[in-house]
Order: sequence, then structure tokens, then C-alpha cells
Amino acid sequence: MLAFLLKRTANAVFVMLAVALLAFVIFRFFGDPVEMMVNEQATLQDRIDLRERLGLNDGFLTQYTRFVTNAVQGDFGISYRNQQDVMVLIQERFPATLELVLVATLISLVVGIPAGVVTAIYRDSKLANMLQLGSIVGVSLPSFVVGIMLILAFSVTLGWLPAFGRGETVDIGWWSTGLLTPSGRAALLLPAISLSTFQVTLVMRLVRAEMLETLRADYIKFARARGVPARRVHWRHALRNCLMPVITLTGMQIGNLIAFALVTETVFQWPGMGMLFIQAVTFVDLPVMAAYLLIVSFIFVALNTLVDITYAWVDPRLRDDSARGKG
Amino acid sequence: MEKTVTLPADTTPAPAAPLPGRLQRMRDSDLWHSFRAHPSAVFAAILLAIVAATAFLAPLITPQNPYDLAALELWNSEIPPIWNAEGQWPYVLGTDTQGRDILSAVLYGSRISLIIGFASVIVALAIGLTLGLVAGYFGGWVDNVIMRVGDVLLSMPFILIAILITAIATASLPTGLKDVLAAPILIMAIAVPSWVQYARTVRASAMVEARKEYVQAAKLIRVRPWRIMLHHILPNCLTPIMVAATLNFGLAILSEATLSFLGVGMPPDQPSLGTLIRIGNQYLFSGLWWIVVFPSIQLCLIVLSVNMIGDWLRDALNPKLR
Repeated sequence: MLAFLLKRTANAVFVMLAVALLAFVIFRFFGDPVEMMVNEQATLQDRIDLRERLGLNDGFLTQYTRFVTNAVQGDFGISYRNQQDVMVLIQERFPATLELVLVATLISLVVGIPAGVVTAIYRDSKLANMLQLGSIVGVSLPSFVVGIMLILAFSVTLGWLPAFGRGETVDIGWWSTGLLTPSGRAALLLPAISLSTFQVTLVMRLVRAEMLETLRADYIKFARARGVPARRVHWRHALRNCLMPVITLTGMQIGNLIAFALVTETVFQWPGMGMLFIQAVTFVDLPVMAAYLLIVSFIFVALNTLVDITYAWVDPRLRDDSARGKG
Repeated sequence: MEKTVTLPADTTPAPAAPLPGRLQRMRDSDLWHSFRAHPSAVFAAILLAIVAATAFLAPLITPQNPYDLAALELWNSEIPPIWNAEGQWPYVLGTDTQGRDILSAVLYGSRISLIIGFASVIVALAIGLTLGLVAGYFGGWVDNVIMRVGDVLLSMPFILIAILITAIATASLPTGLKDVLAAPILIMAIAVPSWVQYARTVRASAMVEARKEYVQAAKLIRVRPWRIMLHHILPNCLTPIMVAATLNFGLAILSEATLSFLGVGMPPDQPSLGTLIRIGNQYLFSGLWWIVVFPSIQLCLIVLSVNMIGDWLRDALNPKLR
């Protein structure tokens, strides 16, 4: 187990170093940091001094090492656009994105699990077929189109829910939450639904496949033979055994959702990390882009590694690399 | 006297029935029967065919060329769709704020979306199949390098890589070239994060096949490696590749639309469906709903039909489900 743990961690570290290399190359070689930072009146001498001070004359490896060391300590430099510490900018925006992602995940579980169970139990019934069709429609709907249509229906036409912003927020320490105010919760609803559409169908399809598999198992037949009511067999005995893969999927998808939230955030003008990133892209604000890439990839890689390790811990067969196959 | 070899009568091959033509063979295949038995697949194929035909014939059937500025008349702007009391012929789906016919814009936009989606799948296939074959056939450090690069690509969210590629490409290009190269950049941006899937599939099967006797025999008579890879190994893994490519075609169209919607895709003067939705989104609150709704519907129809075909193909080609 220790060997597996070390191997998996080393792999994650390698991947992060590679991502950091990419972020560093973007930061360093697409656009001259000095040109971005000085104002137009700066003399040539100022520029040379700044170049020296930033260490841009050092060797590639030295600069890369410094970049990684700083990044590990949460220092991503100063934003070119608004001259603020990048880490502070991201820290301000992070709660908005995470709340959006977590609520979307919650919606996907609350809707996806029952829908998956129903399609598995009443296979080939009208309701199940409808839900199945709904799931393929759900995969095909672009999340920004869902967002726009929700705004058109519930904000423009009906006027029930706000179309943009976060509503009122409450600060708890450095964390600003919108969950504690009515306007914050109302503002969260549409973005969370639109972010969750794809995830709902994913959960539903997985639960359906797992349930179909489980329902064939002997212990289910035995429970039925013993006279356990069908509802109890389905929702308790069978569903329980399907939940592990669902938890895995949910954990691994959180990284994806954080990245994909940038689309939702653009539609709803949601003040999260994704909006920050898209604005940075438009203004070629390289430090912010590099930082966002690193942070999102880190969350992504960390969650995947964690899931893998948990799995190996639960199921010893997976510790043996040869059983899993490479790659 | 000349020696003649006469075959015993009973071994004479019966006169072979004329070989069935290609079309006939296709109609007898399992795949065709499965297709006919799935109404949703037939429906999706017809829908996709209509969308593709109207998109590629757009210059012939649309009332105007939406990007010929001379054809736009400002007094024709903001006309609602035809079923509305203020609707006007020939603007069936209404016009935008510059007097551009929405139906024409949607058809021209679909053409761009379809081309970019298709091209990015082709490019991803080319990269993925080549690298996968090379990695699986040669193994060793080549394999290691290729698959590690793939690992790193897969450890970043797809959308993020695509945005970064377009952002960096456009930031480092001079202004004049940006719009000209917008489509090739998008194609690469979508292809780069998606080749890994093909490479992994092909690699796995290449590793198995490369050890088999027929490949060893081919090596022995000095068939060149690329020939072995293309003619002997590749055909063995085409089925999963075909399914993945179909599903990825839908995904590629979606990704292109998303990038264009975010403003890092096609520019407004050669808009894809995503760009049209981005533009229409600005008029969401001014009551001009048709500018954003129709491109959205078209986009959903395209992706939906591609996904339905992909889903059917996956089940039809899965031997376990037969």
C-alpha cells in the first residue's frame, strides 16, 4: 500500500510539474513581462533594472525553479491589468465558484440518482424511455445554451429570478457566502441548474448501468425470495451498492465542473474565478492565466489522486499495477 | 502428346454466383439492419442530412448572403419571425439589429460549425492514430514520452487547454492574421486535447497485435514498419475508434460553439453558431429573443443528432450486446 501511495503521489507531482512548466512558458514567453509592467514613460535604464530585478536574465532552469517555488507558496505575481496580487484576486473569487460547483453537484445527485434508479427498475416503461431520451438531450445541450434559455424563461419573461450577479453576500472570515441571504440563494439557482445539466445525465446513466448490474446479483434475488418489499430491495439493498462509483464520479467531476463553471459564470456574470480567467484571456493578463491554470489543474489532479488512493485502500486488487494495465 | 490435367468432376467448383455489389453487401450487413431497427438513429441521420445539406447549399437557398454588407438594409432590422404579426417575407426567422436575415445567418453559421467540428476530429484522429501506433509498436522510451504527454494533457480540463491554445495563438499573432487563421487555430485547439483518447485505444491494441505471429512473420519478410502498422495493426482497432470519433464529433461542435461563445473562437464577421449565440445574447433583455433562440436550437439539433447516431453506433458495434 505504501509503495502504491508513493507511486501515485510521485505521478501526481510529475504531472503538476509538467503543468507548471506549461504555465511558466506561457507566462514567460508569450509577451514580455517587462513591457507589460512598466508605463510608457519608463526609460531604457528603468526597463533594464526591472528586468534584472525580476530575474529575467537568469537561466531557464533557475527561472522555472523560482516560478515553481513561488507558486507553491501561493505567490503568482502581480496582475498586469489591475496591478493587484494575483493570489488575492483568486482568493476573492474562489468562494463564488466553489459554492456554484457544490450546489450544482448537489442538484446532480438529488435529481440524477432517483432518475437512474427509476430507469433501471422500470426498464422499457414509458417513464424510463422518456428519462433515457431526456438524458441524451441533456448531454447534447450546451451549458451556455441552457443558461441563456433559463434566463430567457425565468428572468426576462417571468421575472422570477435574477439573471446575473451573486446577490447579497455575507462574509465569514475571508469566505464570502451567498447561501445565507434570500437574494444570494435566488441568484445561485439558475447558474447552478445550468451547470448541473450535464452532470445530472452523467450520474443518471451511471446509476442506471450499475443498478441493472446489481439487480441481477444473487443477494437481490434472495432478498426478493425472502419477501422483502420491492421498494426496500431497490432503494436500500440495490442502491447502496451502486453508490461507490457515483461518489467516485462525483469526486472526479468536481475538478471538471470548476473548469466548466467559467462558461456558466460568463453567461450569468457570476463573479467567480472563471470570469476572472476569461477577462484575463481577453486582456492577455498572463499571471492570472498562469495562476488559474495551475490552481484548477492542481484541484483536478489532487482529486483524481485522492480517488485512486481511496479506491486502492478499499479494494486491494487495484494496488497491483499490472492488474490495472498501464496508461 | 500433351499432358492434360483433368480434374475429377466432383471437385470442380460450382459456377460462383455473381459477387454482390458494394451497395447490396451494405444492405445485407448487420449494421444496416440494426440501423433500420432503431427509429431514433434513422431520425437523427435524416435530421443531420437535412442540416448538412441546407448548410452546404446555403448560398443557393438563403434569401441573402448575411455577410455581404451591401445586401443589408437597416430598415429591415429587428423584424420578428414570420408568424408574428410584424413578420415579413422572406425573413422567415426574422432579422437582427443590422437587418441580417437570421435563417441565412444560421445556415451559414452551421456550415462553419460543421466544418470546424469535422476537421478537428480528422486532425485529432491523424495525431492520435499515428502517435498511438508508434507508441504501441515500438514501445520503450518513445512510448513513454508519448503517453506521458498524453497523461499531462488529460490531467487538465479539456476546455481549459482549448481556451489557452486559442488565447496564446491569437495573442502572439499579428492583428491581420488573427481572423484569417481563426478556424485553423480553433481546429487545433480542439484536436490537441482530444487525440489522447484515440492514441490510448490504438496503442493498447497495437501492443497486443505486435506480439502476434502474423506480425512477427511480416517483420521477418521485411515488411516495412509503417506498412505493418497501417495494414495489419490499424484495421484491428477501427471499431472502437469509429464510435469514439462519432461521439467526439458532437463534442467538437459543442466545444467550438463554447469557445466562440466565450469570445475566443470565430470572429463576428465569419460567425459560427457559437458566435451567433454570443451576439444574440446581448439582445436578450431587449425583447429580440429570435436572434439568440434560433442559432441555439440549430446547435442543439446538430449535437443531438450526432450524439444519437453515436449512441446507436456504440451499441450496434458492441459484440457483448448482440
